[in-house]
Amino acid sequence: MLHSFGLTWEMAYMDSAVSNGGLMLASILLINTFRYYLPRKERYGFILGLCATVAVVWLFLTRAILLSFASVDFEKLYTDSVYLRLTFAFLILGCMALLSVLWYTLKDQQQNEQRKAEAEKLAKEAELFKLRQQLHPHFLFNSLNSINALIGSRPQEAREMIQKLSDFLRGILKKEENQWISLSEELQHLQLYLDIEKVRFGHRLTTTIDAPEKIGELRIPAMLLQPVVENAIKFGLYDTTDTINISISAENTNEQLIIRVKNPFDPATSLPQKGTGFGLSSVKRRLYLLFARTDLLETATEDNLFITSIKVPQQ
Amino acid sequence: MKKAIIIDDEPLARSIVKEYLAFYPQIEVAEECNDGFQGVKAIQQHQPDIVFLDIQMPKINGFEMLELIDEPPAIIFTTAFDEYAIRAFEAHAVDYLLKPFSRERFSKALDKWLSQSATNQQKVATESLLQSAAHSPSQSERIVVKTAGRIKIIPLHEIQYLEAADDYVKIFTAEGNYLKKKTMSYFEDVLDPKQFVRTHRSYIVNIQQITRIDAYEKENQVAILTSGVKIPVSKNGYIKLKSVLGI
Repeated sequence: MLHSFGLTWEMAYMDSAVSNGGLMLASILLINTFRYYLPRKERYGFILGLCATVAVVWLFLTRAILLSFASVDFEKLYTDSVYLRLTFAFLILGCMALLSVLWYTLKDQQQNEQRKAEAEKLAKEAELFKLRQQLHPHFLFNSLNSINALIGSRPQEAREMIQKLSDFLRGILKKEENQWISLSEELQHLQLYLDIEKVRFGHRLTTTIDAPEKIGELRIPAMLLQPVVENAIKFGLYDTTDTINISISAENTNEQLIIRVKNPFDPATSLPQKGTGFGLSSVKRRLYLLFARTDLLETATEDNLFITSIKVPQQ
Repeated sequence: MKKAIIIDDEPLARSIVKEYLAFYPQIEVAEECNDGFQGVKAIQQHQPDIVFLDIQMPKINGFEMLELIDEPPAIIFTTAFDEYAIRAFEAHAVDYLLKPFSRERFSKALDKWLSQSATNQQKVATESLLQSAAHSPSQSERIVVKTAGRIKIIPLHEIQYLEAADDYVKIFTAEGNYLKKKTMSYFEDVLDPKQFVRTHRSYIVNIQQITRIDAYEKENQVAILTSGVKIPVSKNGYIKLKSVLGI
């Protein structure tokens, strides 16, 4: 086409090569920009502006290149066609920009959706895990097994056990993670758990709870003690073959509710790294989340007693 | 008359097995045991035909108890463990009963055993049960041995080294040494390879105990432990040792 305007073939090829090559480079530049930076929806004006700027830059560059080895004729032709060239470049670049913005937005959305789905899956798994933990499958099935045995020989006791197990489970379902309850409520719930365990283990397990009545109204995060006592029972029952006593005591010192859980253990066979207990890390984590302190749960050993103490600041 | 032993730390769990067993007049309950220690004694004393065994028990678990018995009898596990945990052992025990179990389910397990016992398949089965039980979690942190009629639990970190001794392996700790009827390759397989290295055909060493490695003869080295004991290190053993120690 350029040839028909009286240009030499050589010059026509040169012009189209430099112009189109420059346009291609500019397009690649734009596409790459949008790969790393995607403007928000309301900023389409910005995209157009960017295209216009790039088109102008392209125009000056191609002009400089072409005129450096062109005749006067060509210069005239170029000046005549400058608006046409600019519009053409602007349209091409605009199309490229819109296409790439569309493409990358789509990709971004897909990635977002994938991320969201993954996050949801993780959250669901965590929740399921928590539910499973709360239901204490080992405890539950062993309790049911004890009930099964009681039904034949001592049906009255079986009924009592079913009642206690139901109350205990209902308590778990009712209480929310960040709910605060009174110490006496927490101890009541704990008593259900202890009663069930006593039926399971018979004479091997005894418990003492020592909490003065006047501190019954102190506040405590719901279900904080159960995992500690569960840990003490496991530790005590599975680490010795004798009868064991779990003692739980509570006191109020300097506006802090202090609860101590003691269980016997065998210093000869317990591994030192087990000293922090199996289930205690989650309690520690919970206390940290509530109070941003790591010193609220402490463990100590005294002869063959393992002592877990928990401090609950009263706000 | 066949003899049964029930081993479970929960009295009611034992009583339900006994109750279900009452429907089998050809089986008598020779003894009920609270834990694995009593279990070992009772099995040696009564030589039962079948053992109902709980897994989670005081001091030593059901698998560890089985390890202490020279010729383990047929085993039916009774456990509240979930199926995943027990699946690995499923193939080798006669059966496993998930608590709580019905009389029908119990009878199914027992009938399976009664029909098997005619063909004498159990011994092989219980042997391979022990092989797969070796990788149960508690056994990755301790070893249970019998010594002069007593049962001793050795935490792994207390082991200094192991030495081959004919059909046995001698386990050395600061307190003394103990024999266990196993092979060196069994321990090489079971112990954590980052902590225990087989430095020689006849030796496995706890690397925490090594203070120095000296040249000995041409291609051989010797590892010196904190206790002063010298352990031979073969050419291959030295290569393994170096890679574990990162030198």
